[in-house]
Amino acid sequence: MTPDMAAMTTTDGEAFLFWVLAPLMVLAALGLLFVRRAVHAALCLVFVMVSLAIMYIASGAPFLGVVQVVVYTGAVMMLFLFVLMLVGVDASDSLTETIRGQRWIGLLLGLGLAVVLIGVVSRATFLPGTPLTENQVANPVGLARILFGDYVLAMETVGVLLVTAAMGALVLTHRRRLETKRTQRWVAEQRVKALAEGGTLTPLPAPGVYAQSNAMDTPALGPDGRPLEHSVSRVLRIRGQEKAAPASLVETRSAGQVSTVPAATPDGGEDS
Amino acid sequence: MNGVVLAAEGGVAADFSAEPVLASVVKAVLIVVFLLTSVLFAIWFERKVVAKMQLRPGPNWHGPKGLLQSLADAMKLLLKEDVNVTRADRVVYLLAPMISVSASLLVFAVIPFGPSVRIPFTDFSTPAQLTDFPVAVLYILAAASIGVYGIVLGGWSSGSTYPLLGAVRSTAQVISYELAMGLSLVSVFIMAGSMSTSQIVSSQAQVWWFIPLAPAFVVYVISMVGETNRLPFDLPEAEGELVSGYMTEYSSMKFAWFFLAEYINMLNVSAVVTTLFLGGWRAPVPDGFLGDALNTGWLPIIWFLVKVWAVMFFFVWVRGTLLRLRYDQFMVFGWKVLIPVALGWVVVLGAVQWALTIAELPRSTFFYLAAGVVVLVLLPMLFWPEKKRRAEPAEPETLDAFADGYPVPPLPGQKLPASERFGKEVAGNDR
Repeated sequence: MTPDMAAMTTTDGEAFLFWVLAPLMVLAALGLLFVRRAVHAALCLVFVMVSLAIMYIASGAPFLGVVQVVVYTGAVMMLFLFVLMLVGVDASDSLTETIRGQRWIGLLLGLGLAVVLIGVVSRATFLPGTPLTENQVANPVGLARILFGDYVLAMETVGVLLVTAAMGALVLTHRRRLETKRTQRWVAEQRVKALAEGGTLTPLPAPGVYAQSNAMDTPALGPDGRPLEHSVSRVLRIRGQEKAAPASLVETRSAGQVSTVPAATPDGGEDS
Repeated sequence: MNGVVLAAEGGVAADFSAEPVLASVVKAVLIVVFLLTSVLFAIWFERKVVAKMQLRPGPNWHGPKGLLQSLADAMKLLLKEDVNVTRADRVVYLLAPMISVSASLLVFAVIPFGPSVRIPFTDFSTPAQLTDFPVAVLYILAAASIGVYGIVLGGWSSGSTYPLLGAVRSTAQVISYELAMGLSLVSVFIMAGSMSTSQIVSSQAQVWWFIPLAPAFVVYVISMVGETNRLPFDLPEAEGELVSGYMTEYSSMKFAWFFLAEYINMLNVSAVVTTLFLGGWRAPVPDGFLGDALNTGWLPIIWFLVKVWAVMFFFVWVRGTLLRLRYDQFMVFGWKVLIPVALGWVVVLGAVQWALTIAELPRSTFFYLAAGVVVLVLLPMLFWPEKKRRAEPAEPETLDAFADGYPVPPLPGQKLPASERFGKEVAGNDR
């Protein structure tokens, strides 16, 4: 756009890297807009970020490139993905408008942004490229001198702002504990106490695992061969989705073993 | 790349200015070969060492001492049926193990195996390291954070509950332990005055950093175990709770990739701790010993490998000794203990370093100062009176086992009442 651009030269390797990465980055950026599933969109963004970091490194800014990956890709985007995954494994965005005229407003704002960007980019002038000096090459040191020397006040202000935001988030999400904490020892003692009133010491038995049916809805069999009703989730029992244990299993087990293993009912525990 | 050429000048000890492309390619291939064979060896090593600790022989069937066991396992994994879950998100499901492996292969690019070495029968000498630049250690952190994507995406794309839970756990785990890890590395940066690996190694000529920076070293060692999802921090794949976490739905070669990535990551963090805290390729002798003959040429590569495998042994030892933590205890430990300790240490070190610069005292003053503080803290602890136990209510001499309605065994110090049948003769007993 300006004659100064000719003064900036790139090496062959850098140009090759650019022409390989740039089209892929554009594709990924478009993918971010048009992909249906939120996680795929997030992945496209990750790709753009990492490629951008490689570009930075190739342009002689290794610190910027690496920090881009550590901070944006490693921490910020990971938290995004975290939320996306938890919100819904299969949820794809619905395309119905929730705010009236949303699309037109969005389109208008987008056009405005495009006009501003085109205006800025087209009026930009490029300074002739200068080779890096010895000091700039070891750029973490140079960068540290600028950030913590010339701009130390701004850095500290940003730091205070971030800490305040983090504290705010903590305060807003904090809930006061209403009852004492249930420690592991307390739970164990309560279980032993409840034992005298017919409670169980061990965790509840897991539902039965059978090849013929979905395991979650089939009761497990006790040592006496009888199905244990409470091994099935309470929710399933209330909904009436509980299945009976396969009849064949119950019969063969109880026929073969009832005589040798006494039934473990609370009142019938006496040996004869 | 351009960055490599630039990096040769400022803040980096190794000289890559005369490095032809061919040398870089050969080194890269050597590193990959080294990593793959090391993984095969590491699996055998781990199984054998754990077996010795548990008093059993371990793998001893295939090859001498069972050395070919992992090769046989790898072959089996290659030839097994590759099952694709129907509920899986196909593209991401395939992508996840690839991300894991490629991210884990990146780290060794900046690890110095040794100083400059001369290739035999030629005049060509080159650093025993693929590349180095002023922010090499940050690059290692970046590679680790990309590696997490493999685990997270693998868990999500399987479309199943246990893998998803494993993925969520691993995200929380790695993010929180990476903070502590990064903070512990900061103190090395402060002392070495550089983030380039070769510069950090050459700064350890006098003393290896794990002695003066002991707190940071301890924090790093703990967080590196957390970072690699190894026992006692292997919550993302806890067998007892999550089957095997994020890789539950993977089979055949895709599973093998996750497995490979896990072991390469172990080698990675071992190499990083060797480079940053344990003197890298430096021989365990004082500086200038035998005219530095032990620290030049090809010999240092041996020191480096010995140290890496010592750390690997530590990994196995920890696995053979400790139990898995409960998840909430693990997070509390990370956020309420490790991070504050690491943060406090960085502040203390920064303040001391600043004071030394202001007072224009040599670096060694710091060591004497630190040693003095340690002695001052430890001495009173030796003579500190032991905390008196709270006077417990005197236990009854004989235990009423049925006090709460259910029989309980006696606690230490309690004794059971004598049995009613003690000493009685049983009618009809001939013995």
